[in-house]
Amino acid sequence: MRILDKKTISRRSFLKSGTATALGLTIAGNLVLGKSSAWAASFDNLGGGNAATLIQMARDIYPHDHLADKYYAKVIEGYNTAAAKDAELKKMIQAEVKKINEASKKKYGSDYKDINREIERVDILKANTSSPLFGKLRGDLVTGIYNNQEVWPKFGYEGASADKGGYIKRGFNDINWLDKV
Amino acid sequence: MAKFSKDDNSLVVIIGSGAGGGTLGYELAKKGIKSVILEAGGRHEIRDFSNDEWGMFGKISWLDKRTTSGDWRVAKDFGGLPAWIVKAVGGSTIHWAGASLRFQEHEWKARTTYGNVKGASLLDWPIDAKEMAPYYAKAEYEMGTTGTNNIPRLPGNNNFKVLEAGAKKLGYKKVHTGNMSINSQPRDGRIGCQQIGFCFQGCKSGAKWSTLYVAIPKGEKTGNLEVRPNSHVIRIEHDKSGKVTGVVYKDKDGKTQIQKARIVAVAGNSIESPRLLLNSESNMFKNGLANSSGEVGKNYMRHMTASVYAIFERPVYMYRGTTMAGIVQDESIHNPKRGFVGGYELETLSLGLPFMAAFLDPGQWGREFTASMDKYDHMAGMWIVGEDMPQSTNRVTLSDQKDQYGMRAPNVHFSDHPNDIAMRQHAFGRGKAIYNAVKATKTIETPPYPSTHNLGTNRMSAKAKDGVVNKHGQSWDIKNLFISDGSQFTTGAAENPTLTIVALAIRQADYIAKQMSSKAI
Ligand SMILES: Cc1cc2nc3c(=O)[nH]c(=O)nc-3n(C[C@H](O)[C@H](O)[C@H](O)COP(=O)(O)OP(=O)(O)OC[C@H]3O[C@@H](n4cnc5c(N)ncnc54)[C@H](O)[C@@H]3O)c2cc1C
Ligand code: SF4
Repeated sequence: MRILDKKTISRRSFLKSGTATALGLTIAGNLVLGKSSAWAASFDNLGGGNAATLIQMARDIYPHDHLADKYYAKVIEGYNTAAAKDAELKKMIQAEVKKINEASKKKYGSDYKDINREIERVDILKANTSSPLFGKLRGDLVTGIYNNQEVWPKFGYEGASADKGGYIKRGFNDINWLDKV
Repeated sequence: MAKFSKDDNSLVVIIGSGAGGGTLGYELAKKGIKSVILEAGGRHEIRDFSNDEWGMFGKISWLDKRTTSGDWRVAKDFGGLPAWIVKAVGGSTIHWAGASLRFQEHEWKARTTYGNVKGASLLDWPIDAKEMAPYYAKAEYEMGTTGTNNIPRLPGNNNFKVLEAGAKKLGYKKVHTGNMSINSQPRDGRIGCQQIGFCFQGCKSGAKWSTLYVAIPKGEKTGNLEVRPNSHVIRIEHDKSGKVTGVVYKDKDGKTQIQKARIVAVAGNSIESPRLLLNSESNMFKNGLANSSGEVGKNYMRHMTASVYAIFERPVYMYRGTTMAGIVQDESIHNPKRGFVGGYELETLSLGLPFMAAFLDPGQWGREFTASMDKYDHMAGMWIVGEDMPQSTNRVTLSDQKDQYGMRAPNVHFSDHPNDIAMRQHAFGRGKAIYNAVKATKTIETPPYPSTHNLGTNRMSAKAKDGVVNKHGQSWDIKNLFISDGSQFTTGAAENPTLTIVALAIRQADYIAKQMSSKAI
C-alpha cells in the first residue's frame, strides 16, 4: 500500500511556529501562549489574554495533539481582524471570556486557560455550549481547522488529485491487509 | 446553437437543466421539437471544477433562502440547508455520484405490495416495470451505465474492497461495484474514470455522466435546443382558459423577462418545482397551479438515509477512487419479517476531510469526535439508501420569508415515519456487522446529510384526486403543463432516483411529441 508520511512539518513551519510548541511545552494543555509576548502582541484587538483563552478553548473543542497551536490560533486571528471593525463581536467575545473565567474560578480556582486538566476545562465548556461564543467558535473551527490544507497531510488526506492524474496509478485499490484479518 | 425569441409561443419551455430537464430538452431536440431550457444557475464547464469540497459547494450549490421544520436532525443542524442541490447548468448531475439502479418490479406497486401502512400516503404508480423497461434501457445506453450494454463494471477501490470483504463474510451475495453512469472505459467521446475521487465535486475527467456535458451539448448541436443560464423562473402564467402561456423570469441582471410557451415543463427538483407552482397562484388557481387535488408540495420524500463509518487498525484511504462504486443489494428486498416494509441498499461512500468534519456527527466536539477524525485515513464508509414512506404531512410549503426576488421561500417539513426509523436501525446493524466482520475497531452511526434525493412533491397518480400529474407527468388540471423531475415520483423505492428520472423524461418526450403532432396540446 502507498502509505503517507504524516510527519510533514517542514523546516520552515517548524521555525515559524516556535520551538516551544514543537518541543511539547503545551503538554497538559497548559498553553504557553498567554505568557508569550509574541503571541499577545499579534492579538491587539482582542487582547492577548482573551486570545489565549480562545485558543485554548479551540483546542479543547477539537483536541488534536498532533496539531500545533498555530492552526487553532489562525481561527482566532480571524476574530482579531474582524474585531477591529466589528464592535459587537469584540464586545461579545470579551463578555463571554469573562463569563468563562468567572465560572472557571468558581469551580476550579483559576482562569480558564490556567486550569491544568483538560477534563476540567471541558467540564466548564459543557456548561457553556449554548453560549453565543461556543456556538460560533465550534462552527468556525469546523472549516477553520479541517479545511486548512496545511493540516490535511497530518490526517492522511491527500486533497486534490485531478492534477496528479487521479489515483488510477496511485493506489486507489492497493489495500493489502484484508486477507489477514 | 439556437437562440429563440422570447415571443415565440411555439416553444416547449423547460425550467431546470438537471437530470429531468436536461434530458427532456435533448430528447425533444432529437425529434425536431424546439425548446428553451431556463436555468437559474450559471454555466460552469469541466475546466471550472476543482477538487475542493467547500469551494465547489460554495460555487454551485442552491443557497437561496430556505427554511426547515419537523423533527429531522437536518432541521436542527443545517436549518437553512434542507437539501444539497446544484444551481447551475447540469443541475445536481454535476455533483451526483453516478449510481444508476432500476426500480424493482414490486416497488412500482408499493401500496399493493406493502398494504395499508398507518400514517403513510402510499399509492401504486400508474405505470409498471414492463412499461418502463424499454425506457430504462434507453436511459442506461445514453448514460453509459456500467453493468448494462456490455459495459464492464468499474474496478473496486480500497473502500469497496473493505465493504466487499465484510459483506462476503456475512454471506451477502449481491456485492459488486454497482451500476454506475461512469465510463469504465472510453465511450461516447469521453474517457474512462481516472479514480480521482471527487465525484461529488464535478468529474474533472468527464467520465461521469452529466447533462452538462453529455445531453445538453448534443441537444444544442441539433439547433433545436437553447439553454439560457442565469434565468430564474419566478412564475408560470396562464390564460383565461387555464392553459399556461409562458413564464416570468429574472435574468442575470435581475431584470424581469417573459418567455412565451406552447408547453411548460417544470424540472427544478422537488423543492423548487412545487414552490414554483404554489408561487404561481392566481385568481383562477387560488391554491397554486395544478393543485386542485391539494397535493402540490405534499408527500415529500428524501429516502431513508444514514451512513456507517468504521475505523480499522490499518489504513484504507477510502477517498482514493470512485466515491460510490460499491454496493450490497441483498437487503433491498421487501421482507416484512425484518420489522419494516421496503428495503435498502448499502453503497460505498467517502467524504474528504473537510466534509467529514462537518457531517460525521454534526455539532459534535471533544475527544470522542477528534479521536475518530484522527483515524480518518483508517476509515471506510458506506451510505444507506432505502425506501421511505410518503406522508402527506411531510411537505414543501411557502414560508413567510422571501428570497432575493421577493418571492416566498420554500419551507421543507420532514419527520421520519416509524417504518423509516425501524429500517434505519436495521441498516445500521447490518452496516456495522459488515465492518466488524473485517475487524473494525470502532463503528460510527452517522445521521442523514441534507437531502440529495428529493422526491414526490408533485406525485403521479392513477386518479386526479390523489396526485398532481398523470402517468406521463402531465398535470391533471392543465394539459400543457408538465412535471419532468423527481417530484413526479409516486413512491421512492430503495434505489437512487436519477436513472428513473431520466427514463421518465425520455418517456415523457415521446408523449409530448405525440400530443403535439396530434394537436392535442
Ligand atoms: C452529492 C450528490 C450525490 C448524488 N448521487 C446520486 C447518485 O449516485 N445516484 C442518483 O441516482 N442520484 C444521485 N444524486 C441525486 C441526483 O443528483 C438527483 O436525483 C437528480 O439530479 C435530480 O434531477 P432533477 O432534474 O430533479 O433536479 P436537478 O438535477 O437538481 O436539476 C434542477 C435544476 O433546476 C434548476 N432550477 C430550480 N428552480 C428553478 C427555477 N425556478 N428557474 C430556473 N431553474 C431552476 C436548478 O438550478 C437545477 O439546475 C446525488 C445528488 C447529490 C447532491
Ligand atoms: S472518480 Fe472517476 S467519476 Fe469520480 S470524479 Fe474521478 S474520474 Fe470522475
